[in-house]
Amino acid sequence: MRLHGTHIKLTERSLYSVDVKMSVELDVFVGNTTIMDKEVYQLWLNGYTVNDAVKVRIEGGVMEECEASAEVLLSDTMDQYRTFQMCERLLHHPAKLANQLLFQIPPDRQAMLIERYYAFDDSFVREVLGKKLSKGTKKDLDDVSIKTGITLKSCRRQFDNFKRVFKVVEELKGPLVENIRQHFLLPDQLARDYAAIVFFANHRFETGKKKLQYLTFQDFAFCAGQLINNWTVGAVDNMMEDMDVDLDKEFLQDLKDLKILITDKDLLDQHKNLVCTALRGKTNVFNEMEANFKNLSRGLVNIAAKLINAKDVRDFFIDLVEKFIEPCRSDKLTSIDVNLYLTHYTNSAHILDTFKHHAVWTRYMGVIKSCILRMYHD
Amino acid sequence: MPGKLKAKIVAGRHLPVMDRASDLTDAFVEVKFGNTTFKTDVYPKSLNPQWNSEWFKFEVDDEDLQDEPLQITVLDHDTYSANDAIGKVYIDIDPLLCSEAATVISGWLPIYDTIHGIRGEINVLVKVDLFNDLNRFRQSSCGVKFFCTTSIPRCYRAVMVHGFVEELVVNEDPEYQWIDRIRTPRASNEARQRLIFLMSGELQRKIGLKVLEMGGNAVVGYLQCFDLEGESGLVVRAIGTACTLEKISTFPATATHPNNSSPSKDMKDSPQAAPSTLGCRSTHSSPVHSASSRLSQGFSVSVPTLLFAGMKPRHRSSEVPRARQCRPGFGEEAPGVPLSSGPPTPLRAQTFSSFSPSKSYSRQSSSSDTELSLTPKTGMGSGGSAGKEAGPLKALLRQQTQSALEQREYPFFTLTAFPPGFLLHVGGVVSARSVKLLDRIHNPALGNTRSYKLLDWNSFTADEPETRDAWWEEIRQEIKSHAKALGCHAVVGYSESTSICEEVCILSASGTAAVLSSRFMQDGPLDTEHRLSRQPLCVFSTGSERVEGDMGSSASLGFEEVVSPGCGFCHIPYDELNIPFPAQLTYCYCCRRYKVPDVLFTTIDLPTEANVTGKGCLIQARLCRTKKKAQGEGNATAISSLLPFLEYELHTQLMNKLKLRGMNALFGLRIQISVGETMLLGLASATGVYLTALPSPGGIQIAGKTPSDITYEQHISTMQKKINDTIDKNKELYEINPPEVVEEIIGSPIPEPRQRSRLFRSHSESSDEVSELDLSHGKKDAFVLEIDDTDAVEDIHALLTDSPTPAGFYSCNTEIMPGIQNWTSAIQMFTSVRVFRLNANLTNQGLNKIFSDLCENLLKSLYFKLRSMVPCCLCHLNFTVAIPEDELIQVAVTAVAMSFDKEQPLENGKQSGEKTLIKAITENDEQLQFNLELNAETSSHNPLSSPKGLSEVGSHLSARASSLEKASPLPEGRSRSLRSNRSYSGSSVAVVKMTPLSFIPGAKIIKYLGIINMFFIRETSSLREEGGVSGFLHTFIAEVFAMVRAHVAALGGNAVVSYSMKECVFMENPNKNQAQCLINVSGDAVIFVRESELESTSVQTQSATTHTSNGGEGT
Repeated sequence: MRLHGTHIKLTERSLYSVDVKMSVELDVFVGNTTIMDKEVYQLWLNGYTVNDAVKVRIEGGVMEECEASAEVLLSDTMDQYRTFQMCERLLHHPAKLANQLLFQIPPDRQAMLIERYYAFDDSFVREVLGKKLSKGTKKDLDDVSIKTGITLKSCRRQFDNFKRVFKVVEELKGPLVENIRQHFLLPDQLARDYAAIVFFANHRFETGKKKLQYLTFQDFAFCAGQLINNWTVGAVDNMMEDMDVDLDKEFLQDLKDLKILITDKDLLDQHKNLVCTALRGKTNVFNEMEANFKNLSRGLVNIAAKLINAKDVRDFFIDLVEKFIEPCRSDKLTSIDVNLYLTHYTNSAHILDTFKHHAVWTRYMGVIKSCILRMYHD
Repeated sequence: MPGKLKAKIVAGRHLPVMDRASDLTDAFVEVKFGNTTFKTDVYPKSLNPQWNSEWFKFEVDDEDLQDEPLQITVLDHDTYSANDAIGKVYIDIDPLLCSEAATVISGWLPIYDTIHGIRGEINVLVKVDLFNDLNRFRQSSCGVKFFCTTSIPRCYRAVMVHGFVEELVVNEDPEYQWIDRIRTPRASNEARQRLIFLMSGELQRKIGLKVLEMGGNAVVGYLQCFDLEGESGLVVRAIGTACTLEKISTFPATATHPNNSSPSKDMKDSPQAAPSTLGCRSTHSSPVHSASSRLSQGFSVSVPTLLFAGMKPRHRSSEVPRARQCRPGFGEEAPGVPLSSGPPTPLRAQTFSSFSPSKSYSRQSSSSDTELSLTPKTGMGSGGSAGKEAGPLKALLRQQTQSALEQREYPFFTLTAFPPGFLLHVGGVVSARSVKLLDRIHNPALGNTRSYKLLDWNSFTADEPETRDAWWEEIRQEIKSHAKALGCHAVVGYSESTSICEEVCILSASGTAAVLSSRFMQDGPLDTEHRLSRQPLCVFSTGSERVEGDMGSSASLGFEEVVSPGCGFCHIPYDELNIPFPAQLTYCYCCRRYKVPDVLFTTIDLPTEANVTGKGCLIQARLCRTKKKAQGEGNATAISSLLPFLEYELHTQLMNKLKLRGMNALFGLRIQISVGETMLLGLASATGVYLTALPSPGGIQIAGKTPSDITYEQHISTMQKKINDTIDKNKELYEINPPEVVEEIIGSPIPEPRQRSRLFRSHSESSDEVSELDLSHGKKDAFVLEIDDTDAVEDIHALLTDSPTPAGFYSCNTEIMPGIQNWTSAIQMFTSVRVFRLNANLTNQGLNKIFSDLCENLLKSLYFKLRSMVPCCLCHLNFTVAIPEDELIQVAVTAVAMSFDKEQPLENGKQSGEKTLIKAITENDEQLQFNLELNAETSSHNPLSSPKGLSEVGSHLSARASSLEKASPLPEGRSRSLRSNRSYSGSSVAVVKMTPLSFIPGAKIIKYLGIINMFFIRETSSLREEGGVSGFLHTFIAEVFAMVRAHVAALGGNAVVSYSMKECVFMENPNKNQAQCLINVSGDAVIFVRESELESTSVQTQSATTHTSNGGEGT
């Protein structure tokens, strides 16, 4: 009774008009098992409007395949979009998807929904990697959208995903990747990528500089994995109920001790001799290596020594590029050469008489080596 | 105190944030039954509270147990202000009252709020201890089993089919009470929900009493409906078929199980006159209204729709003028002569219906409740005073028994499928409609408040149920007389419905006139001694066992006729000389011994034993007619006069469409007529098939105006060609290629004078002549459509605009699709609702086309949605149309899509079909083990009803899903399942299948847990924010599904069969940003297990697996 009242026709209320004489006001389809079309889901995730999605589907030829009309397609697309919107709330807490009662979705479908919802575009993530996941960054997303050609809606979803994962794992103890995997039910690779994103956001690594543009997200993700696995507190002591997100402070402190490798003149020369002896005859860029040894060594050790300052941590990658990768590249070293060089550079230090910081050196150089090798490409 | 109800509140989860400051909730729970309320402690600051309460115990009468739901309210504790309600859960405890159903309700149930929808879940445990006092037991109707299924439930056999039971309860609609003006929408909705819960509980109990009285123990085909009559009240009514069922015990029983040689215990033990105090129809607790001078006015018009064959004339030429002649009598809107043949329906209507203007204005005074009003009806159960009433009510009791006998005079059966040998002949569809004016309650006397025990508030008398009873009685009488006219003594596939618009109400009833074997009926001519002597044979089981040899034995026992099972039901039950309508009869194309009509319309399912050629298909006739706006009597008269034409045209359409598909019979016919302020909608749906026993239908021939120019003739000939092409195409599509019959072979065997004395079948010399004539007509005869008639043009348009179903799809509105047996296990039940706004003033034709198009488009959308399940069949497609407002048309569809396996060769017989079906199922061995366990136990007690069993079911479903992914052979399937179990270990939601059918393909129902009958209201005042009307309704329907599934799972079940959405009333007021929707659903909760025979060879049925995995998983 409450609802009975005078009725004013509002044309914009109708979902779509079939023709002049009739319009559809309400159109729903609910299955006991929730029907979700993967293709439409992707279009929705990509931030397409219903009309754009219908266009894409028509071009895709689904109409001919199934003897459908544009109207049928429109109805189906709207219906699916609505379903996804209703599910979105649950997708924010994927664990809820499994024990909610509203939608009956087979487990393999659930996994697909989650995985695709949390999937992101590499070109997008490159734009925000290492940035603070704040409102300010979110405001700049329209620029990102224009730059990458990814719809703003999709950018926002991806950004919100990063932020959500960040917020959840920020307060959790234990291994980062495992936490992400368990809380968001993501497949292993995706969980690792998110770990990288969280890690980068946490340390605000600089990734946007021009010199770093050639690096892909996967390069950074690889490096992040190295850092997480070797330089965080969780890396050394599994029993420690600390977070994986932060670098091991003690280790960073210890890194300062490596300075002796460049400050002690004897040690530096000794180191150089050892490396050169080992390298001689094994590469045709030996001369360049020899000439540059001190420069490169200073670069790497300085990076190590500075890591105790949060600000310098941010510049870790730019430093690697400027202090090591660029000099090597200008000397036309191949990545095999770099590998050879770093191997000997690392190993030789252990033979030095007065050098005592073997553990720290190994821990440091292991990561540096793999990061540089990963980053050493065009 | 015959019962103790115990409830325990375990925990909650996903609760909404009620305290904005802390983002948490301090939740506690109130558990209420009747007038007793218990509370749990407050579980502070948590969205996942663990109450783990004690057992709350309610000691109650068993009739209260039947009537009342257990009401669980979750609240947020607030120190300073009133506690906020989070939501409620109503639990129907009826399933716990029957020893054979569920034993415990345990599980996560959604907490529902009428404004916010589902708000988290609550885990509860509910049990009932019934004291084993059999005598007391009989006072309520505890223990009577209810089934929505319109056939004998799968794990039961029918010992006796007692017959029709009906009841209705009336109350004032809380939404229309004065108090509604001052209370919140939430309070109003909750009052309404609760009231309907109570009313349906009461209704069920009363029906149960009638069943006990008849000596039965179950109601099959239970159909409960609500009439929201607005200010004049709220009617809950139900019909059903009382039966004595017996559980099929341990051994996979064959039809002739020795175990049953003694009559069922129930029958023996229950004396007819159980000392029931409450069962009387007359004890509707409404005290009689003082305003007895109020008249209820009824407008009654009924059009019997005696649909059978034989509209064909013998001499076409003479026919046309005759038909024309009758036209003027029906006003200018009268239908033309689309059938050149026989007199159009309105004429027939006049011949044998009570359709006469004088009668239709029948005035009944409400004082008809006479002596009943004198009995005190106060204490009706409230405060447990029920027992005291026994004395005064004894008089009523006698009356009641009498009325019960009268009831049996309605030989109606809500069943649509029958045990073999039960259905002997089918006459045709009978239906009756009547237009009534709902009278308003004029200022009810204030002193006259009653203490209706169901109500929390004092309410005024609503309309007495007697008026409504009388209305239905009228209609049923009419149906009965129509059946008689068809030489039938029974009506099967019977159903009743209403359509209400403002104060006008159309009551409709329809069924199929039939002759039944008397052996299942208590007071049939072959009474007890026969019954007893044949007891082993009377017993039949359903399901796969059904097929076995009962038919043969029934025939050998010398029942009325020795008929072959595949065609017997087609043989005409009426006297061919006294046919009440012009019909064309031929000798049965199967047995050549009895006469059959050329077309057969029925409301029942296709009998399993029927001989069918090819496949079937959904056939719909759609019609929309404008009507002038009017009030009161004028309106009712206008509607009354439109109805016959509407029905006539619907039938013409059906007939044409049937012919266009080259078919000759309709099953599951359902005609719905909906009334709005400015229009009437008619929608007839049925499944067309080609019955081998019936003659091949003639084509459709178009005839033009006699003198015409060339272009016109060309036009006609192209039309004709189109039609002929379509018929040919359809025949190919539905594989209709009946064996060529050499008609002369028959040599018209003159049948022996028949034993059917009951039908006064006078076999006369003229039969020869008739048969000769029939044979000569055979298939040459064509339906003629005259093109000069506007209606005919419309008809042709309607014919040709029906687009064929896309490749790989079939559709029907019956339980099974003839011609398809090898179902896979992939099923998908769905509901789709659309509301259309008509934007322009439209002519009848325009309206018609739009209405037809929108139904077609809806179907197309469904096919598109479900394309991944191809090849598949949409079964039990149930369309419901309504006119919620001027210029709005609402169409709701519920159906199930079932994949089938194309590659499997079609074998005949259901048995083989089911076998192939089993083969098509892919399961992992985990499940196999599970099944073996079950089989080892053999008894059909439920190892599944424990929550553990359920989760197992759930987990292997998930396992199945993953194993389906790659059609992997068994061992792999297992490892996969382990993995998937691990990665979704958090999932505790059991998969619950839903289907409108009475079975689940590839599975065996091992236990019925009780009826699910739920009513929900949802309202919003932030429509836009919830995604507009579509978003709102989408969420609500999803919520209803979720609640049904949760309640089934809590009962220990894993599926709902015979599910239907009986009501979906949607109202919106976008200007106020408001909308409200009422949904009523019902079904039978069951436990099923997958057929365990997993032959290694069959698992690799690659195609099957790919289908299922494509199919987006079974429901």
